Amino acid sequence: MAKNDIKVALIGNPNTGKTSLFNQLTGLNQKVGNYPGVTVDKKEGVSKLSSTQNAIITDLPGTYSINPTSLDESIVLKTLLKKDIKESPDVILVVADVENLKRNLLLFSQIKDLEVPTVLAINMVDQMNRKGITIDLSLLKKELNTEVVLISARKNEGINEVKSAIIRCHVAAKASPLCGINHQIDPDYFDKLKEISPNYSLYELWLMVTQNNYPDTITKSEKEKLLAFKKDVSKLKKYQHKETIYRYQEINKILKKTYIVDKTKATDLRGKLDKIFTHKIFGYFFFVLLLFLIFQSVFDWATLPMDLIDNTFASLSNFARSNLDPGVLTDLLAEGIIPGIGGVIIFIPQIAILFLFIAILEETGYMSRVVFLMDKIMRRFGMNGKSVIPLISGTACAIPAIMATRTISSWKERLITILVTPFTTCSARLPVYAILISLIIPDTKILGFINLQGLVLLSLYALGFITAIIAAYILHKTLDIKTRSFFVVEMPNYKLPSFKNVFFEVVEKTKSFVLEAGKIILALSVVLWFLASNGPSSFDNVAQNIEKDPININLSTKELQQKIASVKLEKSYIGILGKTVEPVIKPLGYDWKIGIALITSLAAREVFVGTLATIYSVASDDENTATIKEKMQSEVNTVTGEKRFNFPVGMSLMIFYAFAMQCMATLAIVKRETKTWKWPLIQLFGMGLLAYVASFITYQILS
Amino acid sequence: MNTIASLLIGEIGYVSEESLESIPLKLLEMGCLPGAEVELVQIAPLKDPLYICVNGSHLAIRKETAAMIQILKS
Repeated sequence: MAKNDIKVALIGNPNTGKTSLFNQLTGLNQKVGNYPGVTVDKKEGVSKLSSTQNAIITDLPGTYSINPTSLDESIVLKTLLKKDIKESPDVILVVADVENLKRNLLLFSQIKDLEVPTVLAINMVDQMNRKGITIDLSLLKKELNTEVVLISARKNEGINEVKSAIIRCHVAAKASPLCGINHQIDPDYFDKLKEISPNYSLYELWLMVTQNNYPDTITKSEKEKLLAFKKDVSKLKKYQHKETIYRYQEINKILKKTYIVDKTKATDLRGKLDKIFTHKIFGYFFFVLLLFLIFQSVFDWATLPMDLIDNTFASLSNFARSNLDPGVLTDLLAEGIIPGIGGVIIFIPQIAILFLFIAILEETGYMSRVVFLMDKIMRRFGMNGKSVIPLISGTACAIPAIMATRTISSWKERLITILVTPFTTCSARLPVYAILISLIIPDTKILGFINLQGLVLLSLYALGFITAIIAAYILHKTLDIKTRSFFVVEMPNYKLPSFKNVFFEVVEKTKSFVLEAGKIILALSVVLWFLASNGPSSFDNVAQNIEKDPININLSTKELQQKIASVKLEKSYIGILGKTVEPVIKPLGYDWKIGIALITSLAAREVFVGTLATIYSVASDDENTATIKEKMQSEVNTVTGEKRFNFPVGMSLMIFYAFAMQCMATLAIVKRETKTWKWPLIQLFGMGLLAYVASFITYQILS
Repeated sequence: MNTIASLLIGEIGYVSEESLESIPLKLLEMGCLPGAEVELVQIAPLKDPLYICVNGSHLAIRKETAAMIQILKS
């Protein structure tokens, strides 16, 4: 960041097209502080305002007011109250929706009173004609005493005007409050408040008192004086109410002169669609159908690219081995690094498709209808209609899902949602399920069109949801937390999803998932390869002993090589580890090789497939490296002579992965969001125990 | 006493001046002000939450909140 870059905070109500504007201003030139351990608080991007001037744009979470009722919104307050020269914004860009201008101006009036240079961008002006809206722009600028720009972010109209308005506003750098709150409510009271410090605007001081949020720069004596104002709580509350009413009165006065709506022109598309989507029978039917279609297509569409990726990496390994000089480095490349990277890349199709659907549901405004439909049901289980969004996006990844709970204002409802979200089938479980399903479930169609493998996958998703709901109910009945639950959700207009927004969202989320998960998986597969290729002293003599052993005299060279390789694996460090846990997992139907995969996937579930791939390729020592699936298919249970991955073992494994908490990144995020190790530890052990018992029962019944 | 919760679907009322203190600040900020026109648009299938249109804002609120807000019927 260059020194003279303008720092711009982008702020606005939800559903005003704030994201569209952010994308138009910054393009793909944006980064998200994300995954694992870093917060999603800030989305930043660089925008080229003119040939000589850049701006750093920070996209703040959508909010209706500076007064926060949820964690998400409190981030906005914290950012705006900062007096740090490095971090506090030079210019605030407020986005408003032309159709709900009155309500959007409430937030604007609060921002304006902070006395920071402010630009107002009124969005979706391409809809004005259709909605019968006319605006007197020059009068509005004068009345609001600020730069006002009419834009249509989706159509890329007015963006350059926004840029030049930011520069003008920054240069002028004068800012005055819009509503003098003090004289309308209680002049004496607010005059005394203003006297506390000359460094802050009256409204900033008022926010510190009402929101109990003090910037680091405030002095001790100033803070004490502010605290004295907090004593009369009912007065504070009353004055906040009065303030809001006063703001609306001022806004109404201004809009009366500048904003006209011809109501006869309004169409009622929203009403018609709502009748269908929130219908008492058809609404739920449509929702379930939609979920079904999403999961079917994830499975159907992703199969082809995934097979392609799988085969490509198998031949890459093969290519490396046959074209490079044999040695430790070639082994590491062919058996550790290439399969490791392949294990990450193979995720991309499924994750991208899931994120695509979720982004579309959010963009169209349908998600709010789901919240409306589900609130009463979710409340019985101690959650909130808004919990549906984390539970659905948990099907992609639990980490962004847990962060999405920040919009839930009741702590108990939020905590329960955080605790049960890891039960939903995330995309890391998908490769495990996908490979096991393809091994144990025949690829046939029921009734001619329902794919049996897809149906099994859908049942696993259902199992995840149902377990989440049951766990939530138990937590609801046992957790003794008293919080006031408050619920208000805006039902936005239906919109066609913007291709650009959806595309950016999918790229951004997939990229950060692959990069972050990729680091863990790649590192683990290298460690794993090392542990599998080395061992204590007895390990080195394996080859010699087998070659000398008279039993092996009749074996062909190839058979001898295979035998050496598998005994070597058994005697390696990882083999010893697997053998140690074998007695514990034997009742679940697993052998020590699967045990190794269970241990490594404590870090992340998706490591399971990669681990088995590494183990089997070390063990087979096959020149023609087969795909992971082929390797697993040919693996034989040495006791029974049957296939290792038969029906009972496959089912037992899938049940284990459905329940167990095998994701370090999620545990870290839960720790951060709940601010204690108590809850992640409860998740780790509670879900682990459940997984063990359930897999035990599954295996014992089926075998 | 009429509240938002006692409206029928499609019926319109006006938020009464007396309920100012009992309206949660958040709702006030979203446009649910004394004197504002409020229409009950839809009721969720399980009778809760309620989908209202107040002062041009389309909002879903729970029945318990709606029952705190007094209205005058037209």
